[in-house]
Amino acid sequence: MAEETTIDRVDDSEEFLLEVKNLTVHYVLETERVEAVNDISFSLKKGRTIGLVGETGAGKTTAALSILNLVPGPLGVIESGEIVLSGNNVLKLSPKQLEKIRGKDVSMIFQDPMTSLNPVMTVGDQIAESVKLHEKVNNAAAYRRAMEMLELVGIPGMRASEYPHQFSGGMKQRVVIAIALACNPKLLIADEPTTALDVTIQAQVLDMIGQLKEKFGTAIVMITHDLGVVAEICDEVAVMYAGKIVESGTLDDVFNHTTHPYTEGLFYSIPKINNKKASLVPIPGLMPDPTKLPKGCAFAPRCAYAFEECSADKLSLRKINQTHSVLCRAYDNPDFHLNLKEGHNNA
Amino acid sequence: MPENLYENLFEVKNLIKYFKTGKGIVHAVDGVSFTIKPGKTLGIVGESGCGKSTTGRCIIRLIEPTSGEIIYKGRDICKISKAEMTKARKEIQIIFQDPYSSLNPRKTVSQIISEPLLHNRIIDRGDKDKLESRILELMETVGLAERLFNSYPHELDGGRRQRIGIARAISMQPDFIVCDEPVSALDVSIQAQILNLLKRLQTELGLTFIFITHNLSVVNYFADDIAVMYLGQVVEKAPAEELFDNPLHPYTKALLSAILVPETGKKRNRVMLHGEPSSPIDPPAGCRFSKRCNFHVSALCVPRDPPLVEISQNHYVACHCIERQ
Repeated sequence: MAEETTIDRVDDSEEFLLEVKNLTVHYVLETERVEAVNDISFSLKKGRTIGLVGETGAGKTTAALSILNLVPGPLGVIESGEIVLSGNNVLKLSPKQLEKIRGKDVSMIFQDPMTSLNPVMTVGDQIAESVKLHEKVNNAAAYRRAMEMLELVGIPGMRASEYPHQFSGGMKQRVVIAIALACNPKLLIADEPTTALDVTIQAQVLDMIGQLKEKFGTAIVMITHDLGVVAEICDEVAVMYAGKIVESGTLDDVFNHTTHPYTEGLFYSIPKINNKKASLVPIPGLMPDPTKLPKGCAFAPRCAYAFEECSADKLSLRKINQTHSVLCRAYDNPDFHLNLKEGHNNA
Repeated sequence: MPENLYENLFEVKNLIKYFKTGKGIVHAVDGVSFTIKPGKTLGIVGESGCGKSTTGRCIIRLIEPTSGEIIYKGRDICKISKAEMTKARKEIQIIFQDPYSSLNPRKTVSQIISEPLLHNRIIDRGDKDKLESRILELMETVGLAERLFNSYPHELDGGRRQRIGIARAISMQPDFIVCDEPVSALDVSIQAQILNLLKRLQTELGLTFIFITHNLSVVNYFADDIAVMYLGQVVEKAPAEELFDNPLHPYTKALLSAILVPETGKKRNRVMLHGEPSSPIDPPAGCRFSKRCNFHVSALCVPRDPPLVEISQNHYVACHCIERQ
């Protein structure tokens, strides 16, 4: 039985900035166990952007929190796995060492800018705070850096002396990004950074993240439920379902050569902007309860292609090509291909 | 059905809703006019704070409009008596964005669906069998399994909760439903289920919809006509296809180009807007979009509000610069 789902990797792992190997994170409650992240592996090179895509409860955020060893304890337990960040295993570092990494090597942006800023501190002081923590600079220099960072994210430096409530939602998110990038991290984890924003503001913020990425060569783990955001900003994609990565590859692999039935279902659930006539084909049913995950493929109960063996035992990741892999038993049959589109045309 | 008697099921004329606040008067809805033909869907799109939800609530008088006419089936519902309004309410329903906060957490699914039926004396409280069969019928129509009859809202996911809201709305056999961001809180796979359900109900029950959303892909899929709102005013209104193929107002252009398409290699020339919407509190006269407009801001834009002008058939735009061309 294929228990391990490790991907064969290019040998010299030196070139990877971040490597997540067989990570499993569970939330252990009194009576049950929420299997949030189940044996996922992915890696990211310098300056690249990977999108972790999935719906509510897919385990995207838990996976991202693990990278900074921030999974909320004591309920959240990293059961197994390794997270290697520039050669260090994050999960084995002491709290002191972690403190040094957080904000300096890795920064995080959260979804809701309202709750991630301190309401009683000026935004300038908040940006300067992280600079002072990680670099040997005096107050004046740190504040100057804060003003530069504000300019960089498109806010006049003069406004450094203002408080968060004086900014609009989009501006607050820019401030959060300025804080995250103040120490020029190698890796930025962005958890739904534009979900709370209006479309025109979302476009502004994504555009800005794209520019900063170019400028500083920051690698980004972008967590989102929006495939449009992924197409806009990511180089690589990992689609998550019920705590597993069901398909991963380059943007082109996943978007233009979709192989997993769930990924296909996601694409057919989105109204096409340029084809009004195309009808939506929703995925039937609901995501399984993470405390009672089925034994085999968690997507099998909702899958149009599922057959008996799918729910039987654990799956192993199948490599389609050098970059593209999929977690699906149907490909045991060499002739199998997805055909939701064809099936739909015939109907 | 007497629908054919009226060319327009709804006719809204110069709807205004101002809210008085400590800081000044919020011009939430400022002179909005539109018509909806029976069986059609009008989509209202815009960003947060543009007044789309207030418009939706005003036209069914959940919020009393400050002024304006709302003509439903030939009568101005702002002027009719309370008793007549109660009657009209049965025909006009609403589905809210957050299906959790719009359901009573202490009532079961069946109790929630039965409420409007009992309250409006459509079914007699004593007639248990009839009530139960009607509830089951409604649950089946919206795709709720029979076993959920005695479940509570907290036991259900967002999609099912939204189905309860829909069952309640159609229980009155309405002619018209305001859908206020009905799928915004749902995941895409569930969102598609609900959109298909609403579309099916529209054909089966001959419903007329106002579909309020910030999601342009959804509105394109759903609506026949689309009105784009900006800071309390309609800036452009056209049949859906026309609006997407040939947007005229600079704001509509920016809004459409900001849509993120889930396809590779589609990086289009994005019309990037600068800044953010100005405050709806005591807005100055003139085009409200002029501060962010990339197009061309002339002396014309400032002193007076641009009127909504019909540029081509059924295509209305409120922009001084386009009007002049």
